[in-house]
Amino acid sequence: MGQITLKSVRKSFGEVDVIPSIDLQINDGEFVVFVGPSGCGKSTLLRLIAGLEDTTSGVIQIDGKDATDLPPAKRGLAMVFQSYALYPHMSVRKNIAFPLKMAGMDPEVAAKKVEAAAKVLNLGSYLDRKPGQLSGGQRQRVAIGRAIVREPAAFLFDEPLSNLDAALRVNMRQEISELHQSLKTTMIYVTHDQVEAMTMADKIVVLNAGRIEQVGSPLDLYHSPANIFVAGFIGSPKMNLVEGAEAAKHGATTIGIRPEHLDVGDTGNWIGTVGLSEHLGSDTFLKINVDSVGIINVRGDGDVKYRHGDRIALTPQMDKLHRFGADGKALT
Amino acid sequence: MATQQSRALARIMVSPAVILLFLWMIVPLMMTLYFSFLRYNLLTPGTSFAGFDNYYYFLTNPAFFAALINTLTLVLGVLVITVFGGVALALLLDLPFWGQGIVRIMVISPFFVMPTVAALVWKNFFFNPVNGMFAHLARNLGLKPYDFLAQAPLASIIGIVAWAWLPFSTLILLTALQSLDREQQEAAEMDGASWLSRFRYLTIPHLTRAITVVILIQTIFLLSVFAEILVTTNGGPGTATTNITFLVYAQSLLSYDVGGGSAGGIIAVVLANIVAIFLMRMIGKNLDA
Amino acid sequence: MARKASTAKKAFVTLAAWSVGILICFPILWTILMSFKSEADAVKAPFAMLSSAWTLDSYAEVQERSIYGRYFMNSVVLSVGSTLMALVIAIPAAWSMAFVPGKRTKDLLMWMLSTKMMPAVGVLIPMYLMFRDAGLLDTQIGLLIILTLINLPIVVWMLYTYFKEIPVEILEASRMDGANMWSEIVHVLTPMAVPGIASTLLLNIILTWNEAFWTLQLTTSDAAPLTQFIAGFSSPQGLFYAKLSAASTMAIAPILILGWFSQKQLVRGLTFGAVK
Repeated sequence: MGQITLKSVRKSFGEVDVIPSIDLQINDGEFVVFVGPSGCGKSTLLRLIAGLEDTTSGVIQIDGKDATDLPPAKRGLAMVFQSYALYPHMSVRKNIAFPLKMAGMDPEVAAKKVEAAAKVLNLGSYLDRKPGQLSGGQRQRVAIGRAIVREPAAFLFDEPLSNLDAALRVNMRQEISELHQSLKTTMIYVTHDQVEAMTMADKIVVLNAGRIEQVGSPLDLYHSPANIFVAGFIGSPKMNLVEGAEAAKHGATTIGIRPEHLDVGDTGNWIGTVGLSEHLGSDTFLKINVDSVGIINVRGDGDVKYRHGDRIALTPQMDKLHRFGADGKALT
Repeated sequence: MATQQSRALARIMVSPAVILLFLWMIVPLMMTLYFSFLRYNLLTPGTSFAGFDNYYYFLTNPAFFAALINTLTLVLGVLVITVFGGVALALLLDLPFWGQGIVRIMVISPFFVMPTVAALVWKNFFFNPVNGMFAHLARNLGLKPYDFLAQAPLASIIGIVAWAWLPFSTLILLTALQSLDREQQEAAEMDGASWLSRFRYLTIPHLTRAITVVILIQTIFLLSVFAEILVTTNGGPGTATTNITFLVYAQSLLSYDVGGGSAGGIIAVVLANIVAIFLMRMIGKNLDA
Repeated sequence: MARKASTAKKAFVTLAAWSVGILICFPILWTILMSFKSEADAVKAPFAMLSSAWTLDSYAEVQERSIYGRYFMNSVVLSVGSTLMALVIAIPAAWSMAFVPGKRTKDLLMWMLSTKMMPAVGVLIPMYLMFRDAGLLDTQIGLLIILTLINLPIVVWMLYTYFKEIPVEILEASRMDGANMWSEIVHVLTPMAVPGIASTLLLNIILTWNEAFWTLQLTTSDAAPLTQFIAGFSSPQGLFYAKLSAASTMAIAPILILGWFSQKQLVRGLTFGAVK
């Protein structure tokens, strides 16, 4: 249940190859996140799996069976859209019951399932309202409810949290993760927010211009990025990347060190002047102009006191230094 | 979103509309073209090839030139009244006042009156030199009543048609006015622009697009004004109110001259296309849909 | 502007606007007033006419003398009938153009609209002759066909704009929920499209009711709608002002009322989206 395999999947729109060729294996019960910048093809990939777009070539298998030519209705998958896509003319109850109605389920059995889903998602008191009368978060839950009730082989989420405000986003993120823990169904989640990816995923697929840059667990990607793109994408604030003479010293074309892996003090390898300092209480972020190296961002403890104009010395933690070759790939 | 299945189905679903409109466009027009080269009169039996005779006679008919002038005069006259009147009315209706809804309804009403009613109401209740309202008013003022439809027939008809189309233009321009970017106006105010400057540099350019649409759409309909002429003056006196549409009608269905009327019909189509191209070129730049 | 206009200015504008409004719809008001007078009173000078007796005689006369009911029914049948026929053809077309657009869709739409710009006189003769030979002159069927064709572009266009406003994602959601094409149309698309279809219906009924070229050319009595009936008053005998008023009032009343409710639709339907 819920195992999805993509083999040499290609998607072109006219002349443009949005996705040149993708091979990917998603195991049953995994929470997989497709992450990448805008236009990288992650939504397209999701829609190919859903069946809302045809592949140009390649094979999509669901639980071992070839699903490439199956219409969306027959793939046994459920999707939560970015705009929730609720039926505006139907009540919440009818919205959630709709897939069951389409499957020809007995209305009484269906009603029970709707109640159950509503309970899980705390929608009990809204069942007879229309979507127009609900808030963003509530609509989000109705969309999820509509997906759950089908007991699909896998859930597909297309940037479901982007329309919510920051606080709500954190809440819903956790709710979705908890849902995954209780249902144990495969979930494929698309987002451009690497924080969502890092916190929710069992496995992250980093996409760039239709290609997979790296697949791995969040911590794998954090500690061992395969190339500069992944290194710069994962982790906030971004990894500092330095080229030129400084990189050559370490035998690489580019070196990278995360802001949190730099020690600050009055003495160290890199001397510079503090440009910008942001004191959050819990953390301190410094933007430092290091002589003959360039701009380096540092994340330190709340106790770090340096301010704009101060001279400061940075020491990269050597075991956390990343080295990249001329082709952008990590050097081992 | 489009999968192969839906694409094929889509093509089938569009076909009836496309086929019907295609036939509607091509078949009758081809027939008109065919007839235009025949000597064919419904009163006399038989047809024979006429070459370009029909076209020659139609174009050299003094009525044709008069009809052409009348058509252009009618269109331009109505356009001028409806554009300037429409802008003025739209500006007025955009201001805050009590009973906006009702006034709007009053202003748009003429557009929904069928052309035959509009024309006859004006002809009899207002223009008539004996019983019309203008005649009564003139007599009250000691003046001689003016026989509008006899002494200024084309102008009278322009008046009737403009009255019917003013609401349309007003409605369009009012809609455009109400979509004016308020924030832009406020920014201009903060920048020190007076009402007149704002009107000149913000409002007018915004309205230009709507005015363009109004001119375009109205021209298409105004070229084929017919009913109003039919029930008031029947094209007269003489050819004073005959436009191209009426001329072709007269030749086809009154004189039963199929050949000549067809030539006229083709010429009308050509003229309409010329006007359309001319218009599109002149103001096409204002419309980037 | 967030600031309130001064009351004096508002009063002045109110006066100006109402004056203009009354002036513009005055002919209509006058017609309605006159319809409630006798023929003898109708031709009197304005004040005299207004102060004379009110009566429903003229309405009665119109209905007696002519078969007014038939003309009215023809108008209804022709406008509603041609609109329904147009909808049957246009709904699938607009559906496919809105939801499965191709490279040529925009061009196709423009071409359809351009067919509306063809001058009717260009095809008057062949249509007249074809109708005559096929026995379609002065028949409802014949006129239904023509009226459907001339307004088909506008109906397709309006439906297209309404369909385009339906979020595609909702239709996709229904597909993911297991709906086949039929279910998608019946349970999701149609309920969401009903307001748009109703608006299009409304506008088209108005436009066809008032159509005054083909209805005048191709009908005489049997299938003649109100446009033709009223045209008969252009060469009247004897006193006819009150009857004309009564007939006109009855002819324009339905459409006036419908029209007041379809201002938005009018803008959408006749400006082809160029003005929002």
